[in-house]
Amino acid sequence: MELTRMTAAELSAALTSREVSATEVTRAHLDRIAAVDDRVHAFLHVAADSALEQARDIDARRHHGENLSPLAGVPVAVKDVFATKGLPTTCGSRILEGWHPPYDATIVQRLKQSGAIILGKTNMDEFAMGSSTENSAYGTSHNPWDLDKIPGGSSGGSSAAVAAYEAPLAIGTDTGGSIRQPAAVCGIVGTKPTYGGSSRYGVVAFASSLDTPGPFGRTVLDAALLHEAMSGHDPMDSTSIDAPVPPVVAAAREADVSGMRIGVVAELGGEGYQPGVLARFAESVELLESLGAKVTEVSCPHFRYALPAYYLIAPSECSSNLARFDAMRYGLRVGDDGTRDAEEVMALTREQGFGAEVKRRIILGTYALSSGYYDAYYGKAQQVRTLIIRDFDAAFGQVDVLVSPATPTTAFRIGERADDPMAMYLADLATIPSDLAGNAAISVPCGLADEDGLPVGLQVMAPAMADDRLYRVAAAAEAAFTRRWGHPLLAEAKGL
Amino acid sequence: MTETLIPFAEAIERYEPVIGLETHVELGTRTKMFCGCVTTFGAEPNSQTCPVCLGLPGSLPVVNRTAIEYTIRIGLALNCTIAEWCRFARKNYFYPDMPKNFQISQYDEPLCTDGYLDVRLDGDGVGGPGAGGRQAQGGSARTVRVGIERVHLEEDTGKSLHVGGATGRIHGAEYSLVDYNRAGIPLVEIVTRPVTGTGEDAPVAARLYVTELRDLLRSLGVSDVRMEEGSLRCDVNTSLAPPGAPWGTRTETKNVNSLRSVERAVEFEIERQAAVLDAGGRVIQETRHLHEDTGTTTSGRSKEEAQDYRYFPEPDLVPVAPPRDWVEQIRASLPEAPAKVRARLRAEWNVSALEMDAIVNAGALDLVVQTVAAGASPADARKWWLGELSRRAHDTGTELTALPITPAQVARIAELVAAGTLNDRLARDVIDAVLAGEGDPDAIVEARGLAVVSDEGALTAAVDEAIAANPEVAAKIRDGKIAAAGVLVGAVMKATRGKADAARVRELILERLT
Repeated sequence: MELTRMTAAELSAALTSREVSATEVTRAHLDRIAAVDDRVHAFLHVAADSALEQARDIDARRHHGENLSPLAGVPVAVKDVFATKGLPTTCGSRILEGWHPPYDATIVQRLKQSGAIILGKTNMDEFAMGSSTENSAYGTSHNPWDLDKIPGGSSGGSSAAVAAYEAPLAIGTDTGGSIRQPAAVCGIVGTKPTYGGSSRYGVVAFASSLDTPGPFGRTVLDAALLHEAMSGHDPMDSTSIDAPVPPVVAAAREADVSGMRIGVVAELGGEGYQPGVLARFAESVELLESLGAKVTEVSCPHFRYALPAYYLIAPSECSSNLARFDAMRYGLRVGDDGTRDAEEVMALTREQGFGAEVKRRIILGTYALSSGYYDAYYGKAQQVRTLIIRDFDAAFGQVDVLVSPATPTTAFRIGERADDPMAMYLADLATIPSDLAGNAAISVPCGLADEDGLPVGLQVMAPAMADDRLYRVAAAAEAAFTRRWGHPLLAEAKGL
Repeated sequence: MTETLIPFAEAIERYEPVIGLETHVELGTRTKMFCGCVTTFGAEPNSQTCPVCLGLPGSLPVVNRTAIEYTIRIGLALNCTIAEWCRFARKNYFYPDMPKNFQISQYDEPLCTDGYLDVRLDGDGVGGPGAGGRQAQGGSARTVRVGIERVHLEEDTGKSLHVGGATGRIHGAEYSLVDYNRAGIPLVEIVTRPVTGTGEDAPVAARLYVTELRDLLRSLGVSDVRMEEGSLRCDVNTSLAPPGAPWGTRTETKNVNSLRSVERAVEFEIERQAAVLDAGGRVIQETRHLHEDTGTTTSGRSKEEAQDYRYFPEPDLVPVAPPRDWVEQIRASLPEAPAKVRARLRAEWNVSALEMDAIVNAGALDLVVQTVAAGASPADARKWWLGELSRRAHDTGTELTALPITPAQVARIAELVAAGTLNDRLARDVIDAVLAGEGDPDAIVEARGLAVVSDEGALTAAVDEAIAANPEVAAKIRDGKIAAAGVLVGAVMKATRGKADAARVRELILERLT
């Protein structure tokens, strides 16, 4: 079988039994990248040399009989928001051009320790602000289902890389939907773990109280394997939760929903949702019911305020987080010709180094935090956030998980929403509530929309630190759908 | 620009001052506030930095537990309430010495609130006249209770060095260098409530408050409180209003870096603001810079164009909720307050307030206490530490505590003098030898043969020799001019190389010649 078509679980088994070497696996994926990435543009930087070096090391260790972890020798693509020692880290922004971090993000360090091969850095909307990668300063990535369509965002490079078989696994970050939305529109699996379940140390911050690193895979089990490897308490991140990682891999293997109580969120559907998306979602609910789950409808009345609350909280935090990009210590420096003072150089650099969307959000956030406006905007948004958390608490008092479409629409055409920020923001309508509440959610493929033949994602949401429930439900749905379709959904992708 | 001033006494006749102080104290924790970098003063620039204190993209802060403990210690010693739950906040503003362009501080949820510090205006060892300032006038034994509004914790910034240009400020500089070793050092801010009713004593009260606070912090072991190294810095607020009128507009004099300057800053602002008000003008709310050399202040940034810091709760840190039993443990471990220690010692040693001031100002209190504990009388301990040893410290430009002599050694020297083994001159020789690292006093006396000659036979012989060598002096003494005996005493002391007991020599000479 072609190595790039294998899942991470299959690669892991083949590597462990020494049917293939890590070097062969890595070369196969580097070859695939070389063959298709000029069309997909998933990667901003391919770390061919260091990846092969890592692979040789893994092969040597395996040769010496060392006991290696499941991901040893399995390639992973890394969103360019993670600090990687010695590899460029741009966050899709001009302002970080040329920056090579002197340290690894905790998650990158953990992946390296588990023997995963870091293939390279993937494209993203600048500083994770966007839903299409069109806000990247380094060009847009393309959806492997249809190269004229967006791959989602902000982690669109990661989702495109996995969907285009350039990598079996990828990591991304989810702040308002930036893992689940690209996973949904690329027909793969993506998880936003519980906030605090995966370390933020070394993840360049967009909105600190929301940013959550998580995994992408082509199967639920693959996502679970990566989820487990990247998660766990990190003393370098004080918002990290000091508790065992939920048993996500076991849950993905069990894939059993019989007796589970599943709630359909009344507010996440209807107006604004594409008919084909709603049809696939309705089918998914029926499917889960047929697998033995008890389905009810639950109401989360404050979810309708989630989007506006998000667009006050996230920009407020980003206005502060992005203040450090001032040309003084690293990255871009504009206008330092001896005639300008530090303040002018800072202003010029930020003017030229940041893109339009980043500036828009910095301005929004600066305004929302200003004296005299704080209570009406940031303060009020935090109150809404509390109400949304209460909605979730009430819902999870009645059901084990909640479900909804992951996105209101399938992948849209590149350029279609580029000049309409509001339309772009709506892509995260269904994903934002989980980010605001800090609980866990996953998107799993549930079919193709009739209108455009593009993938639709089923979102499953679980209480904080009950991430295993996501995998139990998603794996059950995946297994049943795959039986029905006779093949994985991605086999129908025709873009490449 | 020269400011118009009104003489202090006149200003105080017409206006009532209100003062307030914000004191920044660098905590003496081994590592920084949010990372593991060490905090040693004076290291190679930027050698004590890491991704966290450099604010590199992706790095995150983690709170230093010791810094929280020290802040609680300070809060408890200042009679504050310790918050059961509080948060850090971001203070946003752009400046190159601040790596993140925001400072992690506390805003509306400080760790400690509502305390006080009693300050005695009559000195009592809190830097009275000996510190070089004016003496309190408003009644001798007055105590001012300074209200403490809040004690909060934040991170220090880096340090900018502006090169080229006349002012040393960023404007006009050719280029600037930044040292981030200081960035992220835990900094405690102690904010007083407005202090009213001190009248003409306002400048002294300001200085004595900072002095008392400094001594308190030192006794708590939370900071080395060295104003000259910037580990204790003050911002001084001053306003004036006619008696009975609402408080006037205040000015904030920034970074006042010595006790004397605290007093001068208030004094100068009273004289300056009185002149403004006398002329029918309006005091502008602004920050002012103190010039240590002239004791004057000049206008800095006006508060009316003040920045909006856009404070919001720091999302990278979880709230701080110190468990109550921990707080009580810290309370139980607090040392006796310096003011109480001084009151007790004054009674035990029977010394005046002025004498106690002298001890404290010399930085000798702990040394004297330890010397007394080692067996010396309080008077002897004071005499040696404030006299000979202070001189040595001054001559060598070191601090008293840094002299290589221990309180036990000083006590032993005092004991040898009391026993007649050493006279003061020999004792000074022994001190020299101890400071030179030659060992303990007894060993030095032994090795150098420094003991007073007590052998009567040897002394008598030396006296007879001196009489024989100076027949005309001897004749004068025989004629009743006893004052001339000094010459013979000197000769004997010279012959014995100072090791004789001068009083006994005098006795022997007079016995023989009268």
